[in-house]
Amino acid sequence: MALGLRIYVVVFFAYLFLPLLVMAAATFNDSRFPTVTPWNGTTLKWFGELAADSRMWQALTNSAIVAIGVLCLAVPIGIATALFLNTVQSRAKPFLYALILSPLLTPGVIIGISTLIFWRQLGVGGGIFLTVLGQATFIAAYVMLMVTARLQRFDRTMERAALDLGASQWQMFRRILLPYLKPAILSAAVIAFLQSFENYNTSLFVVGYDTTLTVYIASKVRTGLTPAVNALGLILILVTVLLAVAYEVKRRREAVRVVSV
Amino acid sequence: MFRQLAARFGGPLAMAILGLLGIWLIVMVTLPQLQMIDYSLRPNLLPAQRGGPEDGWTLTNYTTLFANDIHRAIFFKTLWSSVLVTLLTLGVSYPLAWYLAKVATPRQAALCILLLIIPFWINEILRTYSWFIILAFRGPLNEVLMMLGLIDRPIRFLSGDAGVMVGMVYAYILFMVFPVYNAIESLDDNQVRAARDLGAGTVRTHRRIVIPHAKPGIATGCIMTFMLAAGSYAVPALLGSPGSRWFTQIIYNWFFEGGNWNQGAAYAFLLLVLCIGFMSLVMKVFKVGLGDFAK
Repeated sequence: MALGLRIYVVVFFAYLFLPLLVMAAATFNDSRFPTVTPWNGTTLKWFGELAADSRMWQALTNSAIVAIGVLCLAVPIGIATALFLNTVQSRAKPFLYALILSPLLTPGVIIGISTLIFWRQLGVGGGIFLTVLGQATFIAAYVMLMVTARLQRFDRTMERAALDLGASQWQMFRRILLPYLKPAILSAAVIAFLQSFENYNTSLFVVGYDTTLTVYIASKVRTGLTPAVNALGLILILVTVLLAVAYEVKRRREAVRVVSV
Repeated sequence: MFRQLAARFGGPLAMAILGLLGIWLIVMVTLPQLQMIDYSLRPNLLPAQRGGPEDGWTLTNYTTLFANDIHRAIFFKTLWSSVLVTLLTLGVSYPLAWYLAKVATPRQAALCILLLIIPFWINEILRTYSWFIILAFRGPLNEVLMMLGLIDRPIRFLSGDAGVMVGMVYAYILFMVFPVYNAIESLDDNQVRAARDLGAGTVRTHRRIVIPHAKPGIATGCIMTFMLAAGSYAVPALLGSPGSRWFTQIIYNWFFEGGNWNQGAAYAFLLLVLCIGFMSLVMKVFKVGLGDFAK
């Protein structure tokens, strides 16, 4: 039984990583079409081709602008919502809570579509601005969840102590609450940035002509596919792995610090 | 609500909090959805005709789906395939979640979770694209199967729904693993030991002890996976063929090829209703509330 389970776990991780390894390997195959069979010889030329692709650079720039925009919008909204839920007691709260969670349970395409329709009525067409709004709509809910998780463990006597010692409410927020929330806010910002960067379903409807990187990759796969797409994928994977490991190491260090205090 | 916020944070900050929340919930969440529903109930008119005698609420855009055999078939196929994807994903994820929560040592579990997070952070397009390479007509999977002598000639994996479903299970698996893992982890080990001591076998222990305890996690995982599968555009676009279209692709075509946004809005709303319907059903069957989600 235990052995069977262990074999299953190994197979599971092979299933998780083999496709990514195949994709990575195909980057180095000297073949016009991305594949690993047959192997036509090893080459690095697809990286050069990728670097020379000006539309890719434009898409990358758009993605970065959108992600920063989402960060500026979704993080404050998420924090405000977490503070709201933590403070307010009201009969309307269950309804508000359902409304707050609803963007997480709505398919991304529908968020994109409703954003597109709503802003067209106001004369705004698809582009970077709508992409930021559409993505921030659901990313704000992720930020809220992460900030709420930490806020729930906040000891409110600290707050009262600060006020008793003569701090204004603003000073209490600025000097006590915000520093306490900082780790959660930073994590939420990293997640928000990544969520935005890798979003496809919502962006698809609202990007207009400001193609983002994921939309560009998808269009490349369907028209004009070469292993340059793999080179891009490989670079993105490496950056992601580095970020994931750095994030995890940082999180564990913090966990250790909390324990040792 | 303002008074409670102002009592804790002071007037200006309370105003900022309510302002941000209001902009989000009203301008970004509610109004666009209402506008979409309004759009779906109006005929597709030329700009000059808007506000004219033909501009009124009608259900024509909804009846289109039931009048069009192909669209109706694709709608129901999307529903059943998404249910199947959800069940397959649950089946594949459950043993792993159990292993992580109760069998692995803390060190092993931490390593596995790190390994799980990595693909989770790689975007859906790339994860799907990797299967595009594997399943290609002259791709590695066909090569391996031929080498093993299991098939005589390559199979066209990318021309049916099977390829799409394989890609979806792969793309959304972690949305199932994590909630189920979190739920199982909170189960007291003594309960499992007690069940064993009292003579329950593996199957019985899971059916009577672990699964009932993990219900909120299973429900969350199923709802997320179904929503992602039914609302997926990337996976069917990359791994499907014209013969295996997904409902989202029909919606997309109404917007960007058919140029009939009203019709597209109606289809989009039907997709939303489908997801809400599935969610309500799962919450009812598993007897969980919305509060169980945020965990």
